[in-house]
Amino acid sequence: MLTQTDAPMTGHPLADTVARFAWLLPVLPLLGFLFNGFLSLRAAAHPGPADPTAASHDHGEHGDHGDHGAHDAHGHDDAHHAARHPSAGLVSLIGPGVLLLSFGLALAVFVAMRAAHIEEAYVLTLFQWMPTGKLSIDVALQLDQLSMVMTLIITGIGSLIHIFSVGYMQDDPGYPRYFAYLNLFVFFMLLLVLGANYPLMFVGWEGVGLCSYLLIGFWFHEKANADAGKKAFIVNRIGDFGFLVAMFLMFANFGTLSFAGVEEAAGGLMVGSLIATAICLFLFLGAAGKSAQLPLYIWLPDAMAGPTPVSALIHAATMVTAGVYLVARSATLFAVAPTAQLTVALVGALTAVFAATIGLKQWDIKKVLAYSTVSQLGYMFVGVGVGAYTAGVFHLMTHAFFKALLFLGSGSVIYAMHKAYHETHNHEDAQDMRNMGGLRRHMPITFGLMWIATLAIAGIPVFSGFFSKDEILTAVFARTHGSTLAEASLFGIPGTALLYAIYALGLAAALMTAIYMTRMMLYTFHGPNRTGEAERPHLKEAPWVMTGPLVVLGVLSLVGGWMNLPLITGGAIGPVELLHHWLEPVVGTGANIVTLGETPHLSHATEYTLIGTAVFIAVAGIAFALWRLKPAALVAAKDAPAEQGIAKVLHDKWYVDEAYDAAVVQPTLGVSRTVLWKGIDAGLIDGLLVNGSALLTRAFGWMGSQAQTGRVGTYAWVIVLGAVAVLGAFSFL
Amino acid sequence: MVAESLALSAALFTIGVIGVLTRRNAIILFMCVELMLNAVNLSFVALSTLYGAAGQVFVLFVITVAAAEAAVGLAIVIAIFRHRQSVNLDDINLLKG
Repeated sequence: MLTQTDAPMTGHPLADTVARFAWLLPVLPLLGFLFNGFLSLRAAAHPGPADPTAASHDHGEHGDHGDHGAHDAHGHDDAHHAARHPSAGLVSLIGPGVLLLSFGLALAVFVAMRAAHIEEAYVLTLFQWMPTGKLSIDVALQLDQLSMVMTLIITGIGSLIHIFSVGYMQDDPGYPRYFAYLNLFVFFMLLLVLGANYPLMFVGWEGVGLCSYLLIGFWFHEKANADAGKKAFIVNRIGDFGFLVAMFLMFANFGTLSFAGVEEAAGGLMVGSLIATAICLFLFLGAAGKSAQLPLYIWLPDAMAGPTPVSALIHAATMVTAGVYLVARSATLFAVAPTAQLTVALVGALTAVFAATIGLKQWDIKKVLAYSTVSQLGYMFVGVGVGAYTAGVFHLMTHAFFKALLFLGSGSVIYAMHKAYHETHNHEDAQDMRNMGGLRRHMPITFGLMWIATLAIAGIPVFSGFFSKDEILTAVFARTHGSTLAEASLFGIPGTALLYAIYALGLAAALMTAIYMTRMMLYTFHGPNRTGEAERPHLKEAPWVMTGPLVVLGVLSLVGGWMNLPLITGGAIGPVELLHHWLEPVVGTGANIVTLGETPHLSHATEYTLIGTAVFIAVAGIAFALWRLKPAALVAAKDAPAEQGIAKVLHDKWYVDEAYDAAVVQPTLGVSRTVLWKGIDAGLIDGLLVNGSALLTRAFGWMGSQAQTGRVGTYAWVIVLGAVAVLGAFSFL
Repeated sequence: MVAESLALSAALFTIGVIGVLTRRNAIILFMCVELMLNAVNLSFVALSTLYGAAGQVFVLFVITVAAAEAAVGLAIVIAIFRHRQSVNLDDINLLKG
């Protein structure tokens, strides 16, 4: 269906390998979308007597589980009324199938790329898109080490989550629709990371935003879910504005929008270039929207209204990391704009701490994970912000492993909770940790795997998160001296001081991460069970189709760190810095600019101290949580007292939503109502222009109508006078 | 001869116009219109001695049309009379704007 119009890169080492079929990577999920979408529409158009969509109106009845807005696993309510979707078998085959095929192809391309040792990206031009004057934009895919890493994450984790969804969503009446959206998401996400220029990336960027919106509002029968989708979409528009402006600036200054062209142009700029700084800040605005950074993070926690596998795939592992990818992709450009880099790192660090504080006091298991995601995304931005692009991407990858595991694990827990409450027709909140407790006895596999992920995210040695987090913190520390960042400044604060502050913020976030994750595990799996006497026998481990992907992710969370062991391990436990060397051709130029052309060197003593500090912080966090939190003292959500003091502030998310509402939403609404609606629309447009012109026409019409007396005599006089006038005119002229 | 004929024609036409402008009875108005038509006919005939027979042909047409007009017009007047028991034009102003 797609043809190669020309092959300008025939000389490239990848040109004769399987890489020339790389266009199939996004096309396979697109075909899956078309197929599943067709099945979904057909089911909707011909509802047979046994059609389960007929039962979908039942969503509303189960509406009120509390004030959380997110009522996950709601589709299962319908299991009681409806059989599986008639096309479910086919959809279960196609949905995950296309992803597995895509993943297989990605692996093949990866193997080919490893063998070829490419220095330059392989650009596969499919066709011309916008050949206009000076600017020619192609639909072209860029295969290089960075897009390869992202593709493997997206198709790999994506496959696992698709398989998990087969179990999780099996009783949902919108089953084909769900997989259609999910396939479409993967298509756009692959377009985002494989596009060879910013506009194509933007297409993917907007496409994943659309799919995110569709999947957050998947159970749109409840207004809260639909509202959450809209919120995500609208907040992202602010970021997209930044992205667009950045593209305009790039075109105006560099005359090109392809990655290769922009990188070349950026390489010729002076460090501290004003134009690079402006472009980078606008790009970062886009990244902050998509990747939920301060001040645009507010949509991500609400996005938990979608099905839990969606939270795992879109709102943890892939889409929200697109901003990090964007910065890493523009590494050279950011490298020549140290002020923008400091901004990125500072915003990332502040986000990491801020979101972590909120995570400390959430009761909804998915909300804890949502704020944890925001916090970890902040970490990634610290990494790419300080020019340690590899570290940022490394954390992106390990985070994809352990956070997908945590989300799918929580999905497994919610699934069990929901089934139990469903059996007893109890309408308690299946996502509130106060209703859980002691689940380790009922779900041992999920329990064990989620502890692995928790230790990974907390940064306990050997687990994957430890290596990536430590690499970021070490990089921040190393950049405090002998880097462009140390010499730059932000708001008059010298870079060195700022970097120390960012390091401290990073440690603080790490401490809180360890605390809230341990808290989540304690309240969910340990202590006595608070679900209810009647429900307890129904609490069961999820089926294998769900726990299987969890096991794979558990292994990855455990050994993911081996992909980029720090230099200091000296090869004792495996080859060091694999990812670093792998990404070198893509981000190396940028990283070198930041470190002034030298490999940053910390003495071994310093490095051991940094690692020791990080480990101490992580252990201290876990120990503190184990010491202070008493799961036995918790009561079920319906009997729980209201929060007090600072706990209430944290539980209510620092009242940021309320502040935004007061500062932005209400004034906008007020201006819209009084000025735009009543003033401009009703007053000016409708009143003066529309009704006014009608009135004017009628006035003229009335004046004209007065000539029509209806008396023949008058008309006769007019005719005669007219005739006389004409005659007079003839005789005098 | 032509000059006198034209003078008579002008006189008749003027009488017709004055009648149309001053009288209110539809029948009289109608007669005045006929007068104006025939004044024009007179001019046609008079001028045909100078300019050929086309004028006389025209007169035949005018007479024909005037006859048709009289038929339709009188029918309307009768219809109005039946409707309103009057042929006074001051009473008939249905087309007032």
